[in-house]
Amino acid sequence: MSTDSGMIHDGAVEDEFADPGVPTGHRPRRADVDPQAAKRAELQVAVLFGISVIGTIIAIWAWATADGGGDDIGNVQRTTMFMGVGIFLAMIGIGTGAIHWAKTLMRDHDMVEERHALRSSDEARAGAIDNLKEGAKDSGLRVGRRGLLKGSLVTALAIAPLSVLVPAVGNLGGDWNVSKFRHTMWRQGTRLAKDPDGTLIKASDVTIGSVFHVIPDGLNELEKHKIEEKAKAVVLLIRLDPKDLKLVPGREDWSFDGIVAYSKICTHVGCPVALYEQQTHHLLCPCHQSTFDVADGAKVIFGPAKRPLPQLPIAVDDEGYIIAKDDFNEPIGPSYWERLK
Amino acid sequence: MTDVKTAPSDSRLNRAAGAGANYLDERTSIGAFTKFIARKLFPDHWSFMLGEIALYSFVVLLLSGVILTAFFVPSMDIVRYDGTFPQLQGAEMSQAFESTVHMSFEVPGGLLMRQIHHWAALIFTASIVTHMARIFFTGAFRKPRELNWLVGFTLMILSLAAGFTGYSLPDDVLSGNGLRIIDGVIKSVPILGSYVSYGLFGGEFPGETLIPRMFTAHVLLVPALILGLIALHLFLVFLHKHTQYPGGGRTDKNIVGLPLFPVYTAKAGGFFFVVFGVITLLAAVFQINPVWNYGPYDPSPVSAGTQPDWYMLFIDGALRIMPGNFEMVIGGFTLSLNVLIPAVVLPGLFFGVLALYPWIEGLATGDRGEKHVLDRPRNAPTRTAVGVALITFYVVLVLEGSNDIVATVFRLSINDLTLMFRILVIALPIVAFMITKRIALGLQRKDRELVLHGHETGRIVRFDNGEYIEVHEPLTEQERWVLVSYRNLKPRELAPELNDRGVRRKGYRWDRFKSAWSRFYFEDRVEPITPAELKEAQEHHAHEVARMASSATTDKPTATEH
Repeated sequence: MSTDSGMIHDGAVEDEFADPGVPTGHRPRRADVDPQAAKRAELQVAVLFGISVIGTIIAIWAWATADGGGDDIGNVQRTTMFMGVGIFLAMIGIGTGAIHWAKTLMRDHDMVEERHALRSSDEARAGAIDNLKEGAKDSGLRVGRRGLLKGSLVTALAIAPLSVLVPAVGNLGGDWNVSKFRHTMWRQGTRLAKDPDGTLIKASDVTIGSVFHVIPDGLNELEKHKIEEKAKAVVLLIRLDPKDLKLVPGREDWSFDGIVAYSKICTHVGCPVALYEQQTHHLLCPCHQSTFDVADGAKVIFGPAKRPLPQLPIAVDDEGYIIAKDDFNEPIGPSYWERLK
Repeated sequence: MTDVKTAPSDSRLNRAAGAGANYLDERTSIGAFTKFIARKLFPDHWSFMLGEIALYSFVVLLLSGVILTAFFVPSMDIVRYDGTFPQLQGAEMSQAFESTVHMSFEVPGGLLMRQIHHWAALIFTASIVTHMARIFFTGAFRKPRELNWLVGFTLMILSLAAGFTGYSLPDDVLSGNGLRIIDGVIKSVPILGSYVSYGLFGGEFPGETLIPRMFTAHVLLVPALILGLIALHLFLVFLHKHTQYPGGGRTDKNIVGLPLFPVYTAKAGGFFFVVFGVITLLAAVFQINPVWNYGPYDPSPVSAGTQPDWYMLFIDGALRIMPGNFEMVIGGFTLSLNVLIPAVVLPGLFFGVLALYPWIEGLATGDRGEKHVLDRPRNAPTRTAVGVALITFYVVLVLEGSNDIVATVFRLSINDLTLMFRILVIALPIVAFMITKRIALGLQRKDRELVLHGHETGRIVRFDNGEYIEVHEPLTEQERWVLVSYRNLKPRELAPELNDRGVRRKGYRWDRFKSAWSRFYFEDRVEPITPAELKEAQEHHAHEVARMASSATTDKPTATEH
């Protein structure tokens, strides 16, 4: 290695390497030296721009010949595909053309520009302070004086937004009656119906191992708040072999011959707990995998939920339909601060 | 290109352009602005295009979004479907869902616009995150860019808000369940939870006002904020001038690159069309969010394998990973730490650390000068390791957020998987930190080797006495400069606890903390090669070469090259 590296002068070694500076050797591209190559590059760019024009035509053609209406989803997919490819070509042609132009024909060796420190010069800063001081004098305020004026202005500015915000926020929550969380549509004697068509369920329909997605009878006829009520009232009805069912103390008469009903809304964050595994009697929430044991009071056996699913007490009426004996005895769904109050 | 055409100034077009420019300039002084902006230099590197992708996909979002608003009806009023899609005939659904299905099937190109919009949103958020990672690992957030980091961070959060509100607008089963999860998370907030939930949904979940409210947020509030902050973001980029990677002639006091006009007008302008094109191709070829298959929102059904869009997966993963027994009751009030920690506290901490990172690292460096030359990630081993640890933590949560998919694909028990991730979410980031730091330090040592001994050439030479050596090619000056020119920071000095009068000085504890923090960052370091070390190596090397030369002349045939 020779000593042209800039670090050795007269045999003395410096503490730090010296910056060799911006590389000077610029390797010319073919278009820089060969007019033929430059012409070719121009042509290539023009072809790319031409592809864009063709793409635009394809996109408009695909739109114009789209078979709107009809129930053939294939038509929709074809339109989407051809229009999409058309727009793709229209865009990519311009993009690659411009970039190819830049890469083959435009300047490609670096330039250098100085930066300036962002800090204002001392004169500018002094000037700013002087101006502010002058302004403060003109305002009639001097430092430490007129506290009343300043204080009242700051107070007013801080409080004035409330004149808009308080009513605005106050309106957001409707009636703010959060105790609605506590109650569902279930009443004593409400019949259990199939979700979504509302067919009533007889105990004899529910064979061992089967599971029914249940809504309260009358939900579908609600004029108002149907979805809100459904969001709280949905229930899973499951029949186990009575031998497998461990009865929860105090709830011995909440089930009927192995038929149990549990809220479908997860006690974690409120997803519908919709996956039932017949063999293990486990209910799995597909959102976050909380797992509940239906045979054992719907207790949590895995996952991020803490509490068992609330149980709906059921019985069978004179005509053999399954009915609720009461509303849930606790709020359904996710926990919240005042849940137990 | 080569031949000179007719003098340009007298063509009619040029005169018209001149007159137009004069008209504008006399009213806006755009001339001075053009002079300032036209030849502004930008350095060239692929990693500088990540932010561009974010900007351009946002433009695509605006364009496609405006078209979508012409057909979308932001209403939760229930209607009965009678459009062309057979499977939904007669189904009850909100107008939001109905209009989404209508524009997909009955407006030619409507489905394409929806898919462009959705793909653009995924790419928008993804490019913001990768752009942010580039800024992080190269130290581009250092002075004077700390505030712009904060602007960019806010943009990242806003992009999540834009994504989530948009995802929820079609009012399908998946997005509805997503909202219900949000409702459950909100309710876990102590004291205020129920009221915030009521405020958001206008009463009980799901209510009748959420879609119109989110629509306004999605098409007006959030995009307006994003636009304003993008303007500020770019203004600061121009004010600061772009950062540059280390190399010959690149210092903190200059910028080396190519001019905005014409080079980046063509390259960056062209790149917009490339991004637009690629997003459109994705939208044309890959179906995304086929809401008509999920059906309108109904609180009862849900399907297995439900996933939010990718940018929400980490919160979903955190929710899945948390054991349920963290829920507790204190004085009759329920504190759902099993929800609060993963969905509120943890994202808060994670984003908090990200937002404040420039100042967190600043405590360790105590560095005050402007930094315009980027760090190679290996030359900031602790920062790089912290970044990789954060990413690892994030990725474990994302994987846990798709644990059902992972379990099905790899035929694993979902329970085992979750238990494993519970351990990995703590253990892997620590391991990743240590390994990354070692790799970075190792790469720095490798750089030292390279500077001292040059490139390996693969040429093996045998001496007379049977000794083999490999011939090394010395580095060029430019190559060497990249490897030796980094600033190697040392831990901050800690001034003694007692001042000269023997009294404990003020602020000692804070200084001690800063010094310990600084040691965490800069205790382990590899010094760059000094000219003295290189000289010594060269002398040794010269000696070897001399030996080789003498041996080669004495007995030619034995010097064998392989």
